Amino acid sequence: MAIPILNVVNFLILFPFIMAIIIGCLKKASVLRSAVIIIGGFTIMISAIYVAVSVLRSGDTSQFVFLQHTELPDKFVIAGEIFLMGLVCFLSIKYKKYYAIIFSLVGTIPVLWMDLTGRAVEGNMHLRIDTFAAVMYLIVGIVGILICIYASGYMKDYHHHHTDVQDRSNYFLALMFVFLGAMFGLISSDNLGWIYFFWEITSVCSFLMIGYTRTQEAVDNSFRALWMNLLGGCGFAAGLLYCSLNPELGFSNLSQVTQTGASELVIVPVTLFAFAALTKSAQFPFSRWLLGAMVAPTPSSALLHSATMVKIGVYMLIRVSPVMYGTLTGVMITVIGGFTFFAASLLAITVSDGKKVLAYSTISNLGLITACAGTGTTEGVWAAIMLVLFHAVSKSLLFQTVGDIENCMGSRDIEDMHGLIIKLPRLAFIMIIGICGMFMAPFGMLVSKWAALKSFVDSGSVWLVLFLVFGSGSTLFYWAKWLGKICAVIHQSFELDDITPRSEMISIFPLTTMIVVMCFAFPWMSGHMVQPILDEAFHTNIPDVIGTGDSIVMMIMVAMIFMIPIGSRFLSIGKNSKMTMSYVAGVNAGDDRHYIDSFGKERALYMSNWYMIDYFGEKKLLRPCIYVSTVLVAVMLIIVVGGAF
Amino acid sequence: MTLGMFIKALIYILLAPLIGGTLAGLDRIISARMQGRQGPPLFQPFYDVFKLLNKQTTVVNSIQVLFVTGYLIMTIFTGALFFAGGDMLLVFFALSMSEVVMVMAAFSTNGPYSIMGAQRELLQMMCYEPMTLLVAIGFYYANGSFMVDDLIQAKIPAIAQIPGFFIGFVFILIIKLRKSPFDLSTSHHMHQEMVKGLTTDLSGNNLAFVEIAEWYDLVLMMGIVGMFFITANPISRLWAILACAVVFFLETLIDNLFPRVKYITMLKVTWSVILIFAGTNLLILNVLK
Repeated sequence: MAIPILNVVNFLILFPFIMAIIIGCLKKASVLRSAVIIIGGFTIMISAIYVAVSVLRSGDTSQFVFLQHTELPDKFVIAGEIFLMGLVCFLSIKYKKYYAIIFSLVGTIPVLWMDLTGRAVEGNMHLRIDTFAAVMYLIVGIVGILICIYASGYMKDYHHHHTDVQDRSNYFLALMFVFLGAMFGLISSDNLGWIYFFWEITSVCSFLMIGYTRTQEAVDNSFRALWMNLLGGCGFAAGLLYCSLNPELGFSNLSQVTQTGASELVIVPVTLFAFAALTKSAQFPFSRWLLGAMVAPTPSSALLHSATMVKIGVYMLIRVSPVMYGTLTGVMITVIGGFTFFAASLLAITVSDGKKVLAYSTISNLGLITACAGTGTTEGVWAAIMLVLFHAVSKSLLFQTVGDIENCMGSRDIEDMHGLIIKLPRLAFIMIIGICGMFMAPFGMLVSKWAALKSFVDSGSVWLVLFLVFGSGSTLFYWAKWLGKICAVIHQSFELDDITPRSEMISIFPLTTMIVVMCFAFPWMSGHMVQPILDEAFHTNIPDVIGTGDSIVMMIMVAMIFMIPIGSRFLSIGKNSKMTMSYVAGVNAGDDRHYIDSFGKERALYMSNWYMIDYFGEKKLLRPCIYVSTVLVAVMLIIVVGGAF
Repeated sequence: MTLGMFIKALIYILLAPLIGGTLAGLDRIISARMQGRQGPPLFQPFYDVFKLLNKQTTVVNSIQVLFVTGYLIMTIFTGALFFAGGDMLLVFFALSMSEVVMVMAAFSTNGPYSIMGAQRELLQMMCYEPMTLLVAIGFYYANGSFMVDDLIQAKIPAIAQIPGFFIGFVFILIIKLRKSPFDLSTSHHMHQEMVKGLTTDLSGNNLAFVEIAEWYDLVLMMGIVGMFFITANPISRLWAILACAVVFFLETLIDNLFPRVKYITMLKVTWSVILIFAGTNLLILNVLK
């Protein structure tokens, strides 16, 4: 392990915090602040790519770093934990949500007690910069930073539209950088105590971001996010204590937990970590915090949903995945994940708020990732990592586009996106690519879903296969009807003013390009990014999950899909045909949006999408889903953790 | 990607519309006889399509044409992939991609009947999508491969192991072939509330393209039915053709027996049938394995 890389990693962890302080001082939205964000952001991105590329090229699969002098960072961690606890207590008292205090104290005090009384096991490793960390660096460094850059332009427009919200955009942007710093820290750490610290930072940070507008709804939702994530934090703390205090284990590192292989003892902390991961990844029954997170400005949704917050949960699951193979914990985690995938995709059918559909789709996709990781097989982990990569890119792009559409049209309802291809052609094209990336055949998400299906079949998980096939039916339904709304061509409609600032396009264009490039690059990604991870975790490689012949076929399919927009631009097919109005039983009134009724009056005509609220509505489905999954989680915890004592 | 595969794909591309069109004609004759009518000549579908091709095409917008052309090309591609011996799962993914393109063609017109048809078509896809994926998985359980090329070399016919999947697949074929209890999106029978649903705003060339694409689709579906019976033994091909004939007749019969149902009935019935037959079959296979 070369020293320079270690320096860059330190820089990656610390510099975002410095950035946060600088941005915190720049109160007004100005060119200077945007410049600071763009220059600082790109510095972070380049460093992250540098670290990732050096790790990926080195081919060394066991890169651990033992730090000689950890007194300073350790003190810093303890101080940080006390600060976070104090902050949560203060805000809970301020907003009279006292229950949050309990979760915060229960999680933090035992860990502090252990650290301060010297009961913590002296670890032999502190940092771990392996291939999986490198892949996560790429996601956080590229997607996360692009979202920050997007936010610098977005927040200005946001306060332009929402004059009732106090402009604290410097605070918001600073939080985003703190979040990224915590992410880098969490990915790099191997010491469980440090992971716990960064874990708590992300919980508190997301809480502060969700509550940004300080409306009653925002406060309620932010506290819901807080207590759920702190509950997960308690689970993590319990796992950490168990690892350290159990005389037979005496672990202080995550890698020790995963390398010992499954046994009665190890499975207890693994189950507790997995429980914590379920809360972070917003699996049922903890999904409601992610739905509530929509009240915050769009960049925070994009950050929480795509590259950072929810990915921490699945990151932990993938880390502990080898241990879960063939255990009850693994089975329960896969069942919870598969159930979440299916239930959330049904719920996504019934909502028309664009961000809410994206939120349900996030929950649903994370369910799939969770299920894949829970199988603990090589193919499952392959699919999980691919899903993480593709989901991060597609979802952040979709959130950003929805945010821009909201700024341009004043609504983010899917019904209002009717005819978007005429109204805002540029954003509509980007949105179409984003949506196609989420469910259409040759694009990344589907490739990974395909691999997931194969891994479930191979591991004989029949229930998961059923969840997956039914879930993909409903997934197709809710994406395709949204796509259809966008594609409707309305006559005599005019282009709206596309007020998307350039700084947002700096973020949106690279993401769009990445979706397309990743379609072609996935065999390479499989060979150079995912296979080394499997090598580290399982010490084996797997044959190509998607064969070469299939890859070629899929390239052809990608090419065919892009023929449609390219064709519509450059070919004259259909442009010479006779134009007519769409069929309205012969009573059109001048265009395709009005008709003459039986009294001879002109009436407006509008086709709404299909939501099936009576059958799958939130009122009907959400509670039962939460109950079922609560039982599943409780059974897992009681049998595995309770059985150990 | 060998020469053999290209030849097989080419044979499909050339012959499928002839077979599909003839089958469509046969369907009309059988239907007519069931209703006590004489019915049109066997090659009537070809005459219809030739006439459509020669008519003036009116369009609602220019994107529509591209979507419809895309639908035709992707359907042909899907079928070619299957008959060339490709991956079953990929075949079904490509199939749903081509369907989505067709649905987009209907959405783009912004006409009330088209959009209603498009929504219903999406719902139909949601109904049969689980089964199509399960069919691929069933073959994988039975013969250990997703590749059509390997599956046709089986020792015993797949139907012996996955009869539940066969029942489920024949059931969703009712939707796929737009037959009566479930023909929600296009209403092949005249004088219904949604005109022609999905294809209302298509005319001339475009409508002809959709017809031809459906012929290709029909042959692909019959090919999958045949897959349940094919083994390495050449005589099995005869059984496969016989099975296709029986299934095809059955679909026409069902078409004439049942009136159209509401969408929620379709969703409940198809998902239950899939879960009961294919799901149980999958469980049993998994236990035996």
